[in-house]
Amino acid sequence: MPTVAMKVNGRSVSVEVDPHTLLVQALRGKLRLTGTHVGCDTSQCGSCVVHVNGRAIKSCTMLAVQAEGAEVTTIEGLATNGHLHPMQEAFRDNHGLQCGFCTPGMIMSALDMVKRKGHELDERTIREELEGNFCRCTGYHNIVKAVAAGAKAMKNGKGASA
Amino acid sequence: MSATGVGARVRRVEDQRFITGRGQYTDDIHRPYETHACFVRSPHAHATIKGIDKKKAEKMPGVLAILTGDDIAADKLGDLFCGWMVLSKDGSQMKNGSHPALAKGKVRYVGDHVAVVIAETLDQAKDAAAEVNVSYGTLPAVADLAKARDPKAALIHDNAPNNTVYEWVLGDADAVKAAFEQAKHITKLTFANNRLIPNAIEPRAAIGEYEPGTDTFTLWSTSQNPHVLRLGLSAFIGLAPEHKFRVISPDVGGGFGSKIFIYPEETVCIWASKKVGRPVRWTAERSESFQADAHGRDHITTVELGLDANGKMLGLRVKTLANLGAYLSTFSSAVPTFLYAPLLSGQYAIPAIFCEVDGVYTNTAPVDAYRGAGRPEACYVIERAVEVAAREMNMDPAELRKRNFVRTFPYQTPVASLYDAGDYQASLDKAMQMADYKNFGKRKSEAARKGKLRGIGFSAYIEACGVAPSNLAGALGCGVGLWESADVAVTPTGMVEVLTGSHSHGQGHETTFAQLVSERLGIPMDHISIIHGDTDKVQFGMGTYGSRSGSVGMSAIAMALDKVIAKGKQVAAHVLEAADADIEFKDGRFKVAGTDKSAAFGEIALAAYVAHKFPTAHIEPGLKEHAFYDPTNFTFPAGTHICEVEIDPDTGVTDIVNWVAVDDFGTIINPMIVEGQVHGGIAQGIGQALLENCVYDSNGQLVTGSYMDYAMPRADNLPSFKVDYTTTKCPSNPLGMKGCGEAGAIASPVALMNAITNAIGTEDIAMPATSKNVWHAIQKTKSQQRRAAE
Repeated sequence: MPTVAMKVNGRSVSVEVDPHTLLVQALRGKLRLTGTHVGCDTSQCGSCVVHVNGRAIKSCTMLAVQAEGAEVTTIEGLATNGHLHPMQEAFRDNHGLQCGFCTPGMIMSALDMVKRKGHELDERTIREELEGNFCRCTGYHNIVKAVAAGAKAMKNGKGASA
Repeated sequence: MSATGVGARVRRVEDQRFITGRGQYTDDIHRPYETHACFVRSPHAHATIKGIDKKKAEKMPGVLAILTGDDIAADKLGDLFCGWMVLSKDGSQMKNGSHPALAKGKVRYVGDHVAVVIAETLDQAKDAAAEVNVSYGTLPAVADLAKARDPKAALIHDNAPNNTVYEWVLGDADAVKAAFEQAKHITKLTFANNRLIPNAIEPRAAIGEYEPGTDTFTLWSTSQNPHVLRLGLSAFIGLAPEHKFRVISPDVGGGFGSKIFIYPEETVCIWASKKVGRPVRWTAERSESFQADAHGRDHITTVELGLDANGKMLGLRVKTLANLGAYLSTFSSAVPTFLYAPLLSGQYAIPAIFCEVDGVYTNTAPVDAYRGAGRPEACYVIERAVEVAAREMNMDPAELRKRNFVRTFPYQTPVASLYDAGDYQASLDKAMQMADYKNFGKRKSEAARKGKLRGIGFSAYIEACGVAPSNLAGALGCGVGLWESADVAVTPTGMVEVLTGSHSHGQGHETTFAQLVSERLGIPMDHISIIHGDTDKVQFGMGTYGSRSGSVGMSAIAMALDKVIAKGKQVAAHVLEAADADIEFKDGRFKVAGTDKSAAFGEIALAAYVAHKFPTAHIEPGLKEHAFYDPTNFTFPAGTHICEVEIDPDTGVTDIVNWVAVDDFGTIINPMIVEGQVHGGIAQGIGQALLENCVYDSNGQLVTGSYMDYAMPRADNLPSFKVDYTTTKCPSNPLGMKGCGEAGAIASPVALMNAITNAIGTEDIAMPATSKNVWHAIQKTKSQQRRAAE
């Protein structure tokens, strides 16, 4: 079985995986980082979004072996020293989650959005950029508010860059 | 109102674990030496099982067991069941076809459960499942609802002639006939309520574990109602006695009804765990969710609404054909009957109503409750009829509604519902103001100048939820009571643990229930734990569905809190050396009336447990009270949604430019959470009306089997929503709550379709109004208009 060496949430890890193991399966099954979720089998729902080398990636659509040498950040890696990332705070403050299942993927996608589109995100941009993340609970209304608020809060330089 | 009391926008307690990725959903949980299950599912919609050859599969690496319907029968497991007996109009019982957890003799829908492979790893189980050789004798599939009852259609269950489950009626046919003779105008429509797949983002999952040392079972399940699951598996399926059986519903990623029912997979996991001697786990792949989660809706209805010359409604006649799928799922029989017809009066005083519902089997997945469960279907019927009647009679749709509103309460409808309190005009007026209805004409003309079609649609909805008064439910054929339970247990240091029979899978109960306790006992939120979802901790509960956790679940907590305060006063009387009658409780303190002698809640709690200061022969030590609350009526949330759309005639794409929702939910505990429920419900209703459709082909093959073909609403399909309230308190529960979880999904599809049909100028368009369907409807309308002009 091949071994994959990577950095996950700042920690160097080395895991043995079958060649066909998906990154999300390695994260959930081998590293017990269960915050990244599996919600579909066609790469559309976005519950599995993590950051690989600074980019938002659907970890269900990437083999674990492809992450060799990569820096991976999952939802568990966002808070620093027990302090929540401003985007996490924004989701709570704006009731941007209900059952919580899509939430890690939403937050990781939102962070990537801010990186690419900046801190002043309008409603239309946020809605278009969230096309790859399904939510069945919230109707997206409060997620849009949360992402906009989180983006603004990040402008003050607070929180871990991911 | 305090910062954390009833009515406050308190941030949610449960969010901490969800935003940090520390939720504990069923698939996150691992058990020592666990094994993996993979189900062998039928690729045919209708077939006999001629034989199952396991020989090759059994020898494959890691395979521990391969079990079939024969093994289920050998162990004498009971069938999965439907818990609500519905009688046909001739008094006969509904035709309940046998439904073992693994198919016996026959498969009846694509995805039906034929065998299970249990192996050391999931990959090994899947590989072996692919080598289980099932030989089928294919039969003609009954896939088309409209043709299911043809005498020539194949018979799905031997005990259900013409594939008919029941022929059910409600109301007075003669009264309607007489009313129609007086009517100046009769609006008649025929339409479908399209079939949906619930698609909670967390797939269903189960882990079954048997401990031989204590002869006990533990089942982790994504269930919305762990106690009901345990009761069913114990009493009907016969797996184990209840007291030897623990069911845990941990964090659950959305339910919307689809996780209420007792399914084959969890039944098999728990049963197989004893046979294999190790925990057995299963998590649905999304394609399994598509095939084998209970689907929703799927009606064909003809409605006739009779009105007099002034637009006064005289009578309503409805005939519905309801698809129940291949087997009767746990609550399926009640959804197109008792949860449907009693809402057909809408917000209106209609003197005569008659409804016939024929429930039928087809070779499709079982159909059961999905957010709204019968009420979206009813609301669609009455509100389409009303809107079209207004257009046909050249009346303003708001005006037609106002002429017919129920205005005095209580109001007994002709379809069993007794409306308790409401003010329908108040929500309509507020919604019209928020939607700037009076200037719609201007906006429509401006849009036309730019080549766009604008339309506006109303939905004046009412629904019945807070299920349900137990006596009434029983009289209607329900096999269980629908009360709710609460334990309020105070610890010696004054902390409070509330054990509730409700379950939270997104509704925020850990916050809202705590808000009630915080307000009533005058203690901070972080002194309160809300415990749910574990049959070892909560003695019994009926679970969460039917928008009942507020009105029923919280009423039980309110009753238990009353008892805690009463007991506290008895203890305080001794501690403060006063008479019982002189003790008051306010703002978290027990106080002797007319003095400044008082003690904090926490002090009295400690005194209750230390038990030094009162005669324990008369007053038991401790401070812990229990209540079972049974509702005295359904609750009737109601309101008005107004939807405005702009359609591009070149593409058929519908842009929702405005959505207003004014709802009357009675007492609201946390407006932030209630708004979230409304947003989510509206999104699902827009999904139904604009995007989603479950399609089977004529062979019963599920064409829409993944997100590639089933269009889920995404953020860029939806607008932001304008939500507001009017309030008439519910008179039938101590808190005055009506419930809010499903209202958005009930009101919205018809509001959107009323807007789209208004924009296009035709009533001839079905849900979902995809861009293709809209474009074709526009072309058809244009050519009809051209022909009419010639």
